[in-house]
Formats: sequence, structure tokens, C-alpha cells
Amino acid sequence: MSLWVIQRDLLLAMRRRSDVLTTLFFFIIVVSLFPLGVGPEMNMLRTMAPGVVWVAALLASMLSLGRMFSSDYLDGTLEQMLISPQSLSMLVLGKAMAHWLVTGVPLVLMSPVLGIQYDLSTDALLILTASLLLGTPVLSLIGAIGAALTLGLRGGGVLVSLLVLPLYIPVLIFGAGAVEASTAGLGAGAHLSLLGAFLLASLVLSPWATAVSLRISME
Amino acid sequence: MSILQGSELECVRGDRRLFKGVNFSLDAGELLQVHGANGSGKTSLLRMLCGLATPAQGQILWRGTDIHSLKGDYYSEITYLGHLSGVKDDLTAIENLRISSALSGAEIDTEKAHGALRQMGLGGRESLPAKVLSQGQRRRVALSRLLVCGTTLWILDEPLAALDVAAVKLMQSLLEQHLNQGGMVVMTTHQEIDIAAVSTHRLQLN
Repeated sequence: MSLWVIQRDLLLAMRRRSDVLTTLFFFIIVVSLFPLGVGPEMNMLRTMAPGVVWVAALLASMLSLGRMFSSDYLDGTLEQMLISPQSLSMLVLGKAMAHWLVTGVPLVLMSPVLGIQYDLSTDALLILTASLLLGTPVLSLIGAIGAALTLGLRGGGVLVSLLVLPLYIPVLIFGAGAVEASTAGLGAGAHLSLLGAFLLASLVLSPWATAVSLRISME
Repeated sequence: MSILQGSELECVRGDRRLFKGVNFSLDAGELLQVHGANGSGKTSLLRMLCGLATPAQGQILWRGTDIHSLKGDYYSEITYLGHLSGVKDDLTAIENLRISSALSGAEIDTEKAHGALRQMGLGGRESLPAKVLSQGQRRRVALSRLLVCGTTLWILDEPLAALDVAAVKLMQSLLEQHLNQGGMVVMTTHQEIDIAAVSTHRLQLN
């Protein structure tokens, strides 16, 4: 994998910290609004916690998808990537990893703190964090395909949500399901294994699909 | 047979045909200047030469093989500088140069990058973010990649745009040096520039 691509994107993110913080604050605020709106009904909060946290994570990850390729597209770096002797799939994988490090990892780290507002038990908090840790890279990888397909289109932001959100559904179901299964005493193993399988499948398929989409968009 | 050869190239944009039946061939040490009015398809032709666009008809051969089947082997022998310079506002001149070199497969150290930028007249400005540089200075940052790339074929789209007289002279000697060493250059320009080459081909698009 192209480590220097990750390095470069992290450097760029450091120079533009506001973009990174926007995503994180969006996540924190959306998750915090629910207990305020629903009221301090402990049992209800406990049951809805995993769903709310996961939906907020999907939307937060979506929020930053547009930026994944657009700045490179506008300043011509993307053209140079397409004619680089290095494999485009590997470059894309590097960019998706950087996107996850910048937008996914802060959400994962924040989620146990936010889960406390919903009175989740320690076990449930751990499972929630683990499911996000496995699931958020899938969001970045799938999102990369959508971002590549809508590159340079007017209203690409809306289109990317229509394209990508349906593909996020399995991740949402098994991510939130993992916590529910564990609180119901069934064990989260099966759900987490499936999330791991999604991660492996998207690691293999998404860079290739994104590379093809980029070539089509740039033609 | 020439090293780079284009035969019967046709370019269609939407329903409009920009050009058809374009032929050219280029050997070591030769220069190809592409002329034509605005909108005559110069940039489209250069993008085809890079493999970024596919010609509607015809093919481009590099040492006798179609560039679309060569892919990485071809890309490692060319350097393309387009209208968009690929210079990032948030990165410094030196970071920009090192990253664009790494992208084209030739990683360089800080020392070498400093040398190239100084040669391009950017001494003392290496550590400034590109957003505070002027248009011409940003162009110089992009062009400094030519000093360190070590590729055979340079494909340059309006390399002289936004450059001052001194920089145009510098580019001229840089191009001549590259051609002397057996390199090849395909370029478009609206400015008159005299470049000594083994032979200069002119391609008129209309």
C-alpha cells in the first residue's frame, strides 16, 4: 500500500483541522440530541442507543465523503494519480484508509463516552466500540466508490447519499445488531464476524471498483 | 519505426468532432509543437497521449505497442503537466515537489528537492505554503518536477503560461537540455519560443 498517500492526506487534514472537527462535532451533537428529545426514560434509551449511534456514524461519515477526491480533482492531482506508474487501486486504498483515520477513528474513540448518556453497561459499550471499529472502515471503503462516481457532477453531494446509503444498510443492521444481541445475552460473536467479513470483502473489492469509477469519471 | 507514433487519431466531444485524421511521429531528441485556436482540441490531444482519454478512432503507439496495453510501463516514461498544476495550497513548495515526484514513481530526498526549487528561482521560498505564492511561482513549483523526474517523454500543456521573461528563458534551456540528452517533448504554446532540437515537428489542429 502507498504509505506516503496516507501520510500526505493526514498532513493535509492537519492543515485543515476544521474539516475534521466538523465531522466529529456533528456526530457528538446528533448522538447527544436524542436523550434530550426523548426524555430520561432509561429503558427506552438503552434499547435505542446502538441504532442512534450507528445512524449518526453513517451520516457523519457521509458528510466528509465529498472531500475525499474533490480537492485532488480540482487541482489536477487526480490526473497525475491516473497516470502514475503505481497501481491506482493501491493509491485509492491509501486514500480510503486516510479518510477512515481522519473521520472514522475519532468516532470510534468518542463512542464509549457518548454511550454513557444512554446508560449502556460496560459490556455493551465495549461491543459498540468493537462494532464501530470493524464497521467504520467499511463505510469509508464503500463511500469511496460513491465519491468517485459522482466526481465533478453538480449536486454530487445529494447523489452520493442516494448511491451510498443503501449500501450502508447491511453494516448498520449488523453493527447495531451486535450490541442488541449482546444485551439480550445471545453473544455478539456472529454479528462481529459478519462485520469482519464485510470489511475483508470491501478491502478487496472497493479499491478496484473505485479505480474503475475514477477512470470513467475522468474520461 | 518511430518511438512515439499517432495514427489517424479522431477526437469527439459530445456531438462535436474536434479533429480527425491526425498523424504524427516522434523520435529521440525531437520536439512536437501542437498549434491551434482555442477549442481546437490541443488539450484533448495531449490527454490522449497520456492515456487519460481514449481516441474515438486511431491509436497511439509507444515503441510499437499501444499505450493502453502498456499502462504502467508507459506511465513510468512520461511526465505530464496540464493546465491544472497539481500544486496543493496547504502544502509547502518542497512538500508539493516531493509528493508529486513520489506519485510519479521517483521519490526524492529533501536535498534534491531544495536543489530543484533553487534552480527554478524559488530559493528561500521552499517552506512557504503554496497559497501565498503568486500564480507564476506556483507554475514554477509544478515545472520543477521536470528537473527531477528523469523520464523520456514530456507532455506539456501551455508550460509557459503565467511565467515571466526570465522563467521562459529558463524553460527554454531546460527543454533544449532535455532534447540534447535524447529526450522527447510534446507541447502546446501560444507564445513564440525558439527551441533548438534535432528536428521540430509542427502539428496544426483546426
